[in-house]
Formats: sequence, C-alpha cells, structure tokens
Amino acid sequence: MARPLIEVEGVSRAFHVGESSVLALRHVDLRVDEGEMIAVMGASGSGKSTLMNILGCLDRPTTGRYRLSGIAVETLDDDALAELRNHVLGFVFQGFNLIPRTTAVENVTLPLLYAHVPPREAREQAIVALRRVGLGDRLEHQPNEMSGGQQQRVAIARALVTNPRVVLADEPTGNLDSRTTVEVMALFQDLNHLGMTLVIVTHEDDVARYCRRVLMLRDGRILSDHPAAHGSARDDLARMPAEEDA
Amino acid sequence: MKILALVRMALGSMLRNKVRAALTVLGVVIGVASVVVMIAVGLGARSDIEAKVENLGVHMIVVSAGSSTRGGVSGGAGSFNRLTVDDAVFLDEEAESITAVTPVISTMAPIVGGAGNWRAPIQGVDTCYFTIRAWEAASGRLFTDDEVRNRRKVVVLGHTVAEALWPDQDPVGQRIRLRNVQFEVVGVLDAKGQTADGSDQDDVVLSPYTTVQTRLAGRQFIGQILASAASKEAVPDALAEAKTLMRESHRLSAGEDDDFTVRDQTQMAATAQATTNTMTLLLSTIAGISLLVGGIGIMNIMLVSVSERTREIGIRRAIGAKRRDILLQFVVESVVLSGIGGLLGTGLGFVGSAVVGRITGWATEVAPATVLLAVGFSMAVGAFFGFYPARRASLLDPIEALRHE
Ligand SMILES: Nc1ncnc2c1ncn2[C@@H]1O[C@H](COP(=O)(O)OP(=O)(O)O)[C@@H](O)[C@H]1O
Ligand SMILES: [Mg+2]
Repeated sequence: MARPLIEVEGVSRAFHVGESSVLALRHVDLRVDEGEMIAVMGASGSGKSTLMNILGCLDRPTTGRYRLSGIAVETLDDDALAELRNHVLGFVFQGFNLIPRTTAVENVTLPLLYAHVPPREAREQAIVALRRVGLGDRLEHQPNEMSGGQQQRVAIARALVTNPRVVLADEPTGNLDSRTTVEVMALFQDLNHLGMTLVIVTHEDDVARYCRRVLMLRDGRILSDHPAAHGSARDDLARMPAEEDA
Repeated sequence: MKILALVRMALGSMLRNKVRAALTVLGVVIGVASVVVMIAVGLGARSDIEAKVENLGVHMIVVSAGSSTRGGVSGGAGSFNRLTVDDAVFLDEEAESITAVTPVISTMAPIVGGAGNWRAPIQGVDTCYFTIRAWEAASGRLFTDDEVRNRRKVVVLGHTVAEALWPDQDPVGQRIRLRNVQFEVVGVLDAKGQTADGSDQDDVVLSPYTTVQTRLAGRQFIGQILASAASKEAVPDALAEAKTLMRESHRLSAGEDDDFTVRDQTQMAATAQATTNTMTLLLSTIAGISLLVGGIGIMNIMLVSVSERTREIGIRRAIGAKRRDILLQFVVESVVLSGIGGLLGTGLGFVGSAVVGRITGWATEVAPATVLLAVGFSMAVGAFFGFYPARRASLLDPIEALRHE
C-alpha cells in the first residue's frame, strides 16, 4: 500500500531574463510514493534541476501545486521551508557541496545543529551516519583530503543524518568515475531497501538502470514515465575488477 | 543553533583565515588600546587633581575679597579689598561649623639671606594656618601663638625658599632680611608640591600676620581668610555660615551684593577639572574614531567573507539553516573578531597606559570597569558593523548561492 510522498499538480516555472521569459517547467504532474527510487532524465536544459529545486523547497513554482508529505508547500513561509529541508528532505549535489576546510564529521553534524540537536548528541549521530556510508575512518578528514567518491559519501551521510523522508540527488555521480558511480548507486539502493525514497537526476542510462522508475523530461515537459530495470549495483560491483577504494 | 556552537564555528572560520583575521583584529586592538590609554590618562589626571586639592588643606574654605557675582569686576573702590582681620576674628568667634580661622596677608619683598637673594610671596598668617593646611615643620618648629601676639620677627620657610637660600645647610636659627627688616628663621616646612594650577606651594615665607601687618605690608586689608570646616560633611554648612557672617560683618543690607567670595576646595578645583575633562573628551573622541575605523575594517572583511562564502551559505540554507541562522552566524563571527580585538586591545591598553605614565610622569589609572567597557564596546562595534554584511548573507537566494562559483 503506497502512500504519496510527493504530489505535483500542474506545476510550471517561468524565468524572466530581461524582456524574454523561459518556461523551464510546463504543467508538470508527478506523484512519487514512499519507498520509490526514481531517476529523472533528460537532455541538458530540459528542466531537471528546476524540478529538483522545486521538489527540494528551494524554489517555488510559478503556477501549480506541490504537496510534500501531505503539506501544501506554497502556503509555507521561508522558515517553514527551511525546516522542511532540514527534517523531511536530504540533498546530494553533483559538486558534493561540502563546506570547505571543515571536517567530514562537522559537515555531517551541521543539519542536526540547525535542528537544535545538542552538539554532543549531534556528533554521535553524525559518526553513525558516516559509518553507514563506510567512512568511519575518515571522520576528521577535510574535503580536500578526500577523493570525489569519499566526498560524495560524506554528502550522502549529511543528507541521511536527519532521517529524511526523501533524498533528492541532482546528478550525484556526474563528477565520479564509473566504479565510484556504481558504489554510490549501491549505497542508494541499500538505503532504498531500508525504505528511503530517492529522486535521482542523471543523464546516464547506466545510473538510471539501478532505479525502479525512470522519468524523462524534455523542454520542461514529462515525455515518459516508466519502470526501470532496477539492476543490483552490489552485484555489478562484485563483478567489477577489484580496485583501490576510490 | 546554540550560541556556543556558533562561537565555535566563528572561531573555526577565523582560524581558517588566520592572517586576515589577525589584520582585521589589529584595527580593533589599536582602537580599543587607544581608548583604554586615553581613559587611563583622563582618570589619572582626575585623581591627580583630586589629590592636589586634598593636599591644599583640611575641609578648607577660602574667603577672598571682591565679588564673583559681578563677573570678577568689582564695583566701587570702597567695595574692593575689604577683608580685615576683624572679619577673621568675627568668623572665628561666631561660626559654629568652622573650627579654625586665619587671615592671610600677602606681600612681595626681596628676601636676603644665606646664599643671596630670592623673591617669593611673604604671607602673614595665624598659627591656625598650619592646622588648616595640614602643614608641618620638616625641621625647626612652627611659630607660636605667643609670637603672633607679640609680633615677633620670626619666619618659617617654604621648602623651595630654604633650598634656594641655604642649598646644603639647615637654615633654622639663621637670620634673613625681608625688606631690610631682620627676621629669625625658626623652621622649614614640609614640601607640599604644586597646586592643581601648577604653582609651587613651597615657594613661600610665612610669618605671624601681626608682624607682617606692622612691619611689612602696612595695610589694614588682608587678601584672604582661610578656615576649616568641622568635618567634610560640614563644608556646605560652613560655606553658608561664612557667607552669612561675612555679610553681617560687612553690614550689607538685603539688597546689596556680596563684596567677598566664599569657596571650598572642590570649587577651586573645578576649573582645573573642567580643562582636564575637555582634554580627556577630545582624546577619547579621537581614540573612539580609531575604534570606529577598526569597526569599518571588520565590516569590510565580513563583506568579503560573505561574498567568498556565498556557496557555503547556499549549502547551509539547503540543509535547513533559516535566514536567522545565517544572520546570527555572521554577526557572531563579527562579534567574536571584535571581542578578541577588544580583549587584546585592553591588554595592550594596560601596557600602553603604564608606558605613557612612565614616559610622561602622568598618573595613569586603569579602572576595572574600563576592561568591561572596552570589551563590551568593541563587541557592540562588531555587532553594529557586522550586521549589514550578515543581513546581506541572510537575504541571499539559496539557489543563486548554490550556483555561485
Ligand atoms: N535562474 C534561472 N534564470 C533563468 N533561466 C534559468 C534559470 N534556471 C534555469 N533556467 C533555464 O531553465 C531551463 C532549464 O534549466 P535546468 O532546470 O537547469 O535544466 P537541466 O538541469 O535539465 O539541465 C534552461 O533553459 C535554463 O536556461
Ligand atoms: Mg541541471
């Protein structure tokens, strides 16, 4: 019995640049249920990031309605949106977006501090999250002392640490080599098996393969929406030649 | 986010940019240090004056001729120098709140004796003078009531005069000539130093007023009457009483202005105090301006920091920071910078005050309140100048900020 987590109805988003205006999203309808793992694909400029920003409560639709976990987002003020981002959502970005010269554990602690979790407790939870993504031995490393794959895993830990309902990842593997890509996807699949909902933007078929459902965007419209192969990233990883941990 | 976590974060970001933070803090350090030094000099000057005023005498009241109510310009010739020994006697007999009274008859005369010539004020006084001014003999003795009554030709020398005429000898027992009248030196007074307005109190020769009146001044009028109030608390009463009694003694009717002036020590110090206060205010203002410049330095660095960390701000907003959290983060950072500057500046100010005191010989005085004031004020400066950059940071659009390179 699937419950809707994301309900998007007739959402459009227009950008005004000087005199002209760009419609980045055109009347998009989308429903994502709890426990789904969905890939959002499409050419560059098709509106993937715009959609993700709206889903992530970083941006508001020009028209249309968006309900997240049953909450009508357009009625919320800035502070309430910040709380949604903190409690309900987790973000993973293409560029990792860790805070520079700040250790892994400090980066992962931040969302908890914004949620007013006492620092000591926040640190413990952050360490648990980092262990979960296999970085228990990199707690005090700074971003510039870690590989891309490790940095992205720190970012995933940071997204997970508040126990969000859904993780939004915008091209999370865009800057990673193929093996690391599969590793990250394996991590996402593990989370999904534990019930986490994931929305992953990608333009790589190899990434979309690991999801349960694929959404195609073109010129701000949903072109297609169908189930995907959902291959096991762990199995693929086992078949790959062994390497140094990236 | 808790304030402690914010402070920790602020310290962290300071440490990430050590040189820059140090230079920014330096501006505040210099500003605060100069404020502390200026306040120390001001306080020092104030208590210096207070000490000098204390040193003048014991709960002293001065009655002088001429009215101050007419702007220092006295009326008819008759009302000019109209203090007499009778006035002094009248005060002494009638006043309840006054314990000692002495006339002071001043004259100038060439002094010949010992090593040669000298010129100094010669003052004819009663024995009470020494009580009122709390002045004792360093060697020899003071003159006695008997000598006053019998118009004896005895003098007590001020320390400066004694040094000038008998540089390496005790003048007690020596002879001295004042306007060709021979006197015997019976004692030398303790050194009292300068008054608040810088004149040398030890450059004086004291003799019984009866002798000065008959032998030297030849006048009936006297320059001043000095008196002691019974206690510090009695000074206002003594002032009022002296005034009433002087009017009575001078037979002034209700409509007539005073032809004399009664002041206490505080009033005598007021002018000196006012000048010092003006100087202190001026110097503190200049020091304050340098603190302001330090504040502007902080604002500048915070603006640079905000624009450098735009992306970080975007990340923080994405993971749940509210506008208020961002605002607070940067304000706290700015306050931490300026607070550290304030602490270091206070330390430097302490050292600076000591150095200034040593070099100039001024008394400098660092009050404990100065520390709180300086650190508090510099933190306020940090909050004030950090607010604008912090507000700019908090108003950034999260998406724009995230996209910022
Ligand atoms: N802030 C913006 N201002 C103006 N145009 C924008 C802005 N953001 C996105 N767009 C436009 O909207 C369209 C969709 O962009 P985006 O969602 O970033 O595409 P994708 O992520 O699929 O590459 C593009 O044409 C882009 O130029
Ligand atoms: Mg994009």
